[in-house]
Amino acid sequence: MSQAIFKDRPTDTKVKAKWWASRVAIYSALIIWSVVCLFPIFWTITTSFKMAPDVMKGNLIPWWDFTPRWKGWESIGISPRLIGEVSTVRDEFLKRFWNSAIISISSSMVAVILGSLAAYGLSRFNYRFGFMRNSDISFFFLSQMILPPVVLALPFLVLYKSLALLDSRIGLILLYTLMVLPIVIWIMRDQFQGIPVELEEAALVDGLGIWGAFMQIVLPIALPGMVAAFILSLVLCWNEYFFAALLTATNATTLPVMVASQTGSQGINWWSMAALSSAAILPLIIVAIFLEKYIIKGMAAGAVK
Amino acid sequence: MSTEGDLLHTVTADTISDGRRRLGKVMVWSSALLVAVLAFWQMAFETGRVGSGFDTWRPVLYAYVLWAFALCAAQVIVNGEKGKRTLFVLPAALFVISLVVFPLLFALYISFTDWNLASPAGPQPNGWDNMREMWKDGFYWNALKNMVYYVLAVSAEYVIAFGLALLLNAQIRARKFFRVVFLLPLMLSPVAVSWMIGKSMLEVRFGPISRVIRELGGEPSFFGSPEIARFMIMAMDAWTFIPFMMIMLLAGLQALPKEVLEASKVDGASGWQSFKEVIFPLMLPVSVTAIVIRVIFKLKLADIIINVTSGGPGGATDSVTSFIFREYRDRSNVGYGTLLAMVYLVLIIIFVTLLLKLVSRWMERPA
Repeated sequence: MSQAIFKDRPTDTKVKAKWWASRVAIYSALIIWSVVCLFPIFWTITTSFKMAPDVMKGNLIPWWDFTPRWKGWESIGISPRLIGEVSTVRDEFLKRFWNSAIISISSSMVAVILGSLAAYGLSRFNYRFGFMRNSDISFFFLSQMILPPVVLALPFLVLYKSLALLDSRIGLILLYTLMVLPIVIWIMRDQFQGIPVELEEAALVDGLGIWGAFMQIVLPIALPGMVAAFILSLVLCWNEYFFAALLTATNATTLPVMVASQTGSQGINWWSMAALSSAAILPLIIVAIFLEKYIIKGMAAGAVK
Repeated sequence: MSTEGDLLHTVTADTISDGRRRLGKVMVWSSALLVAVLAFWQMAFETGRVGSGFDTWRPVLYAYVLWAFALCAAQVIVNGEKGKRTLFVLPAALFVISLVVFPLLFALYISFTDWNLASPAGPQPNGWDNMREMWKDGFYWNALKNMVYYVLAVSAEYVIAFGLALLLNAQIRARKFFRVVFLLPLMLSPVAVSWMIGKSMLEVRFGPISRVIRELGGEPSFFGSPEIARFMIMAMDAWTFIPFMMIMLLAGLQALPKEVLEASKVDGASGWQSFKEVIFPLMLPVSVTAIVIRVIFKLKLADIIINVTSGGPGGATDSVTSFIFREYRDRSNVGYGTLLAMVYLVLIIIFVTLLLKLVSRWMERPA
């Protein structure tokens, strides 16, 4: 740049100015939307460290406007001071957290297993169950996606009551599996269709059965897709509220129900609510940060044919 | 749904002895018989015709699970290799059928009864009374009308999501950082969002947004008037679900053929022209998929409404799901609530079928 051999003509500088303008516009739009996305999360996490006066004065930035305190976290029994002590609120919180974890992980796992098998079968073999052919069966599975939860809520309430499954983890696991199964099948069918069928043909020639070929050849290749489907189901199950609110009472309550039940009572207890919300969203934020690749892969599957 | 992938063709010669075939049939029928016997016995016990029985229907469930396993095993025993192929789809199909079809039939029965959980009489069929009640129920129609607004809001979400996808697809630094940040709202549970935004950030006295509005000289009121309340619910729902559409559109943008874009550049198309004439038409299939899926999710909208406004003010923000939720939980009016849910299901099926038909007809026409 020291010696300009070619002089910029006015039209060229105009192009450069335009380029800079578009840069500025793009980055400012990106930053504005980042703020829109991050501010609520930032607000919730900082509020969990605030005292009542800080909330009322509208202080925003920790260590500058206000000194962070553990008060919010103490109300759910998690703070440096209380960590060694016995705390009933913490036990309560951990129980809900544990319920959420077990329910969402096991239902996602069941859904991924059932869904992958079905998706593989549908993408490889010709079926005929009565009048249903492959495309009809696929449509049957995928059409479950439009089934609104309200329709199933009451029959399940009655059914679970007579089966003594009300307020149990198994009951919720079954329902959540049902809820995410179409999505898993949708993602996995796309994955399996992308795997060339010659691989399995070679495996069959070499003496594996169809299940052997599936387990040893296809599954390792489709594993990233399965992880994507698993994580997407995990997110959906972890956040589910409607069924959990109707079908659980004390034992199997999940985190969203706990969060929702706190909002109604005794006005708004800002710091404890903020701490509870932060604790409920943190696991998934961590998942999002580290496994973003898989989430995107899962959602992109099927969008692009 | 139309693409079939390339199929794996296997030719197998199975010799299955009559004994094996018989064994499989015996397994299925004996376990089915067990289910039937247990179910009849339990029913007789509950109606008081038999003195002894089980406390719950659990044993029937176990027998049913046993039958399901027997059915799967029998596929292999009776059909050999063909059965092994069936075994891929059968478990999922059995699972969905037993968890959807039976409950739906049961729901159909309940929806024509006057069942209220508070009444000791239990469900009594009452013909078309619920239907007549629904016809006169202004709140239900109001909720349906709200659903129309909520679904229409998807178009605005689509525009924003497309814009964001274009931004992320542009030549930018720190793309991964922005992608993670933009994805975050989707990870949050609607219940947490309804507290984080609906109840604390939009809180009238201390919420940061109210503060900003007061600084600007306005008087913050977010859930007072019907229009603003509905808009706020839409905005919160959009906030969580825009990343979903954005990711799908971004995937579509990244799969666009590079040659076509370069050709349009060489031909001297400006940015706006190449978007309008090249990118947007090429993106139509992806857009349609994203919008259809988003609409399907939107039709289930409830959590935020239940937790932030409970349908208020005056039912202005009610979705069908949140309305039925309150019908169940506050009034225990399950017979009527279930009828509303069934009607909603029928409406949804009609709507989505029409939507898909329309979309497929529209897509076939050359753009």
